[in-house]
Amino acid sequence: MPANSFNGFTNYGIGIGLRSPHFHHILTRKPVVDWFEIISENFMIDGGRPLRILDQILEQYRVVQHGVSMYFGSAEKPNREHLRRLKELVRRTKTPWLSDHLCWGSVDGRYTHDLLPMPYTFEAARKTARKVREVRDFLEVPIAVENVSSYAEFHVSEMTEWEFLNEVVERADCGILLDVNNIYVSSRNHSFDPMTYVESVPAGRVAQIHIAGHSKYEKYILDTHDHPVIDPVWKLYERSIERAGHTATLLEWDDSIPSFKEVHDEALKANRFLARRVLARAV
Amino acid sequence: MNLLALQRTMASAVMQPLTHSENMSSIAPNGECMKKYAARFIKPNGRLTSFERLEIYNRQYWWRVLESLAADFPGLQAILGNRRFEDLSRAYLVEHPSHSFTMRNLGSDLKGWLEKNPKWAGSRQNMALDMIRLEWADIEAFDGAREEPLKLEDVARSDGANLRLRLQPYVRLLDLRYPVDKLLLKVKDLNEDSEVSSNTFRERRKRKQVLAAAKLKPARIFLAVHRVDNSVYFRRLDVNEYGLLFAIQNGKDLGRAVTDCFGKKAPTSDLDLAQVTAWFRNWTSFGWFCAGARKRLSR
Repeated sequence: MPANSFNGFTNYGIGIGLRSPHFHHILTRKPVVDWFEIISENFMIDGGRPLRILDQILEQYRVVQHGVSMYFGSAEKPNREHLRRLKELVRRTKTPWLSDHLCWGSVDGRYTHDLLPMPYTFEAARKTARKVREVRDFLEVPIAVENVSSYAEFHVSEMTEWEFLNEVVERADCGILLDVNNIYVSSRNHSFDPMTYVESVPAGRVAQIHIAGHSKYEKYILDTHDHPVIDPVWKLYERSIERAGHTATLLEWDDSIPSFKEVHDEALKANRFLARRVLARAV
Repeated sequence: MNLLALQRTMASAVMQPLTHSENMSSIAPNGECMKKYAARFIKPNGRLTSFERLEIYNRQYWWRVLESLAADFPGLQAILGNRRFEDLSRAYLVEHPSHSFTMRNLGSDLKGWLEKNPKWAGSRQNMALDMIRLEWADIEAFDGAREEPLKLEDVARSDGANLRLRLQPYVRLLDLRYPVDKLLLKVKDLNEDSEVSSNTFRERRKRKQVLAAAKLKPARIFLAVHRVDNSVYFRRLDVNEYGLLFAIQNGKDLGRAVTDCFGKKAPTSDLDLAQVTAWFRNWTSFGWFCAGARKRLSR
């Protein structure tokens, strides 16, 4: 089930995040990469170098858009200027699907620029799903929502995080960008079994998977995207692709960014699990 | 607590300034004890109290926005010094939190805010304001729109006096009281040099920057902040060159712009005409005029 309506019936393989320290390497060496994920907000501008580089990348590679500030879970309506610029970019990149986070980050027009956790309530699920539908209808592209790492839980929550995710995606009829590192980070911060989360996700809605590294502190784990992927996260990945199939996979590395080769090699480790799955099915 | 109420409650706490020791304030936005405030909506766990869980987000917010502002205004930081710059940033961001989906716009109100709150720059108010204008122009020139540029032949073919040109949206014109362009270039050079350097070198670099700012004497300059091959450049302008461009940017036709620039007497001398011609040659070679003016040209 690699291709589904939530990723535009594509089968993209293993990609990495397009980050500025690698621009020169990519444009001059033209390495073979299945696809790049871009942070939409970095390119929602009027002109200049970032758009020029994006156009050069688009000439040679497949690009998928990933956003950080749509805030599907914010109680306020979508920002029209944001949507307008995002649609312009969607036309430019021809992204087969578009992802953003299942979180909130703005209220009364003020932006925190953070991925703040949702209260897992039916009211929040209903409002979030409505917003996902509105955005999808405006952008005319499939939407996948990503589970975030969190460090706080709310008294008002009426269900688990995975139940909330399911409630939202069923109501919105949208896809899931399953971030297995975020599942691991939150499971450690909130003491739940990460495999229970993975097993509970509707596999047919998984449009894409994120893998990444994180940082451990004395009393909690932070989602920092500045380390290689650890084994427990690879285990969650392995189980996810057993359930969902050979799904578009992306490694995020956003801080203390090493060489292009190191980042790409880390992403390609996913091939081990994908190959193992193919062999298992062949036996 | 419904969704909107919870988000307002949490955002108010997250966006409240940290203490000087970078902890969450013990007083909540509504004046009550922050421990009680946090406990009302956030669950504790076996390792962290509600206060501590909220504090993670409070710290991340402030570290993120302060880092972003510092990255956009390294010249202002050099003028004020680190401590004063950080105090100014906190005060500004409390009054002007982000209202945009992108942190690129975080500093958009900084100039206006500092004009109303001069105490944060003290005796360096004018220099600080000039630097903010330059650094904001740098941001706008970096990613501003570029339209089809007009060639010199297009300008030459047109009906001169009534010609109404437009400057490219990414071109910014500045009339400054201090030569902050050189200071900013120096700061950028030093920052690039020290990207892979030790802490000792970085400290020395900061001292160099502050010393360079301290030596800066007032001297009126005119600048165009523009782009060539997607890189931003600062180009010094002659006072009349600036005046002519400024008038064009403000929608005046060429005849009126020249009159504004040279006074009622048009540049009839050979010297003046040669100068204006040379300016136009330069401006069009940089592609500063937009093709959007073509309709008017053909009229």
